[in-house]
Amino acid sequence: MPVVSANELQERPTALVSEGTHGLVIAAANAAAIAAGVGPSARFADARAICPQLQSVPHDPQGDAALLERLTRWSRRWGPWTALDGADGLLIDTTGSAHLFGGKQATIAQMLRSISQVGYSARAAMAPTAAAAWALARFGGDAQRSQSTPAICEADQITSALAPLPVAALRLDTPTVLLLKRLGLKTIGDLMAVPREGLVRRFRNRRDPAANPLIRLDQALGSAREAIPALETEPAQRAFARVAEPILHVAILLPVLETLSQQLSGSLRKRHRGARRLGFEAFRIDGHVARLEAELARPTRDPAHMTKLFAERLEGLEAGFGFDAFALTALWHEELDAAQPDLSGAVPDDALLASMIDRLVVRLGRHNVRLPQPRASHMPERSVVWVSAVEKLSLPRSRSKAAAARFNAKTPHQLPLPFHQRPLRLLDTPEPIAVLYITPDGVPRRFTWRRVQHEVIKVEGPERIAPEWWREKSTARLRDYYRVEDQAGARYWIYRGGLVGDGRGGAPDWYLHGLFA
Amino acid sequence: MFHVSRLDPSADTAHEPPGNGAFQPCLQEIFSGPYAASAAGFALGQLGAFGDLAGPILWVQERTAIREGGRPFAHGLPGGLSLIHVTASNAKHALWAMEEGLRCTALSAVIGELWGEPAALDFTATRRLAVASETHGVPAFLLRIGGAPNLSGARQRWRIGPAPSPAHRWNPAAPGAATFTAELFRSRTRAPATWTLHHDGAANRLDLAPEAGDRALGEGERIIR
Repeated sequence: MPVVSANELQERPTALVSEGTHGLVIAAANAAAIAAGVGPSARFADARAICPQLQSVPHDPQGDAALLERLTRWSRRWGPWTALDGADGLLIDTTGSAHLFGGKQATIAQMLRSISQVGYSARAAMAPTAAAAWALARFGGDAQRSQSTPAICEADQITSALAPLPVAALRLDTPTVLLLKRLGLKTIGDLMAVPREGLVRRFRNRRDPAANPLIRLDQALGSAREAIPALETEPAQRAFARVAEPILHVAILLPVLETLSQQLSGSLRKRHRGARRLGFEAFRIDGHVARLEAELARPTRDPAHMTKLFAERLEGLEAGFGFDAFALTALWHEELDAAQPDLSGAVPDDALLASMIDRLVVRLGRHNVRLPQPRASHMPERSVVWVSAVEKLSLPRSRSKAAAARFNAKTPHQLPLPFHQRPLRLLDTPEPIAVLYITPDGVPRRFTWRRVQHEVIKVEGPERIAPEWWREKSTARLRDYYRVEDQAGARYWIYRGGLVGDGRGGAPDWYLHGLFA
Repeated sequence: MFHVSRLDPSADTAHEPPGNGAFQPCLQEIFSGPYAASAAGFALGQLGAFGDLAGPILWVQERTAIREGGRPFAHGLPGGLSLIHVTASNAKHALWAMEEGLRCTALSAVIGELWGEPAALDFTATRRLAVASETHGVPAFLLRIGGAPNLSGARQRWRIGPAPSPAHRWNPAAPGAATFTAELFRSRTRAPATWTLHHDGAANRLDLAPEAGDRALGEGERIIR
């Protein structure tokens, strides 16, 4: 629904001009000017030559944006969710609210009437998807179509309504539109007629929706999702405190922190939110700001827990000439409804675990508190990936249950191996060992690891693990793993990297990779 | 091969058959030589005696211990055990993380691994761990890889080393079940003693090895079952 700025001199050819690299450039022109042959992005001097009576008004993009934002808020009367759309459009989600104004026709007529009463001209379209409405509002109908017959597209006619429109109606960038034109695809109907596999293949490297016609087409037809950003962001969850005298001693900060935690907890409770990341700022009088951050494994608004996360680290703050203001901000918060675990009032296990992980993460860093996550690989070092406990714990909570199930289904892991034993401990990098053997392909007899000689008393193997050619270089060698026991009874997991004459290097090397209990 | 009995240090004497009671959660200090896996295996083997492992275990490792002895490998752990792994840059952080873990009753156990003899590990530190473990009922294992027994507040102190394993069930040339020599050299509840223990992997428990042991196979002899 593009809105064009107007003035009282609708009849006189008028153009909005802005400062370009080589003089004034026309940013927008009214209908009379366009009829006289003056269009946007022309030089104002050239336009004056074509149309001597053209008058200019300075272009004010910031003012236009502010006006459009005001209009967007104002248009919330027709739907609960409105959003800015570029520099000249606005989107109104009228799902389920059109009947309140007497149906779709009546709603859209009322929109156009109200906007023209305010003094702007607009084109409107209503469609099941935002992308289709965008296309129909800008490209729908013929140029002479009167403004009183806006396009209303039902769900079943979306394909036929979009088919005659040019490909530029898909909100593609100029190079992509040009490319499609060169390919002979001038309308959306042409694009829909092309087999999908071909389009996927042609545009597989383009992630940006504006450069990928397939994504835009899916969005217009409703088979791909499109997020419509809300107009306003939520107010920041922040507690602020000032002190009369600058605080020099860190020990006095604790009561301030407790007060801030109480305040923040109260405001979070009001909005049914729980903090996931907290930032504590202490403002020094000499212009410096000391910052602390803490990440939480699950949303919380417990003031005692919030205080505890920062209390230990207060000592590390440089007071300088003293702090005179403090702020505690929930940098990231999630929905958290009030819950009572059971009548005994005991804290549930997962809450205990999460708060312990929070304390560990705050002190040791999020990359030092981790959980093993199995992965689909036979290579021992690749069969387990370590993920941060903060992320892993938050996963089922932050996403829907279906999403969590999908995530888990996506990470299949190695099946249990009833005939192969895996060591209790695995070295981060396999360590080279010197091995004595009778035949190069045979079992090891003696090996030296960290300058200590071990006689091999018992041995089992080899268990051959082939390199993963889809991940590794072509020179990666296979591994023959042996489970060996030395004279003291210590059990090791050693392997021979490669075979004699496999064409991937010289004589095979031996490595020690793991320790058995 | 047969298993004589189940190890239970709460029994009064070393050779008495085990009582019914499970272990009391306490701090156990486990010393081992530079071979780090038997101490860890012994600690994990004891976990079976604490009943079902509903919660995860917290495994705290000092950076040196990781460099020397590697990390726990998820596929090699006893089945059904979930793990939270903490990397501590020094012994002070490791001890602090262990204490934080012991205060969390949702954990099944806390295992801490220190290399050598760090200055931060003194009587006070071990005593704090011991008290936290008993107060909150979370068993704690302090693995001292390559350490020497100094003054300590641990309730049980063990010296663990590897031992030659019994014959494998199917392959006489292969290493068998995990076997340890376990020396209990300080305990409040029982007299010091030495055992040879097998780890029963399927049941995740420790069994006493038969004193006589199995007869060695002669040349050319085969096991007939």
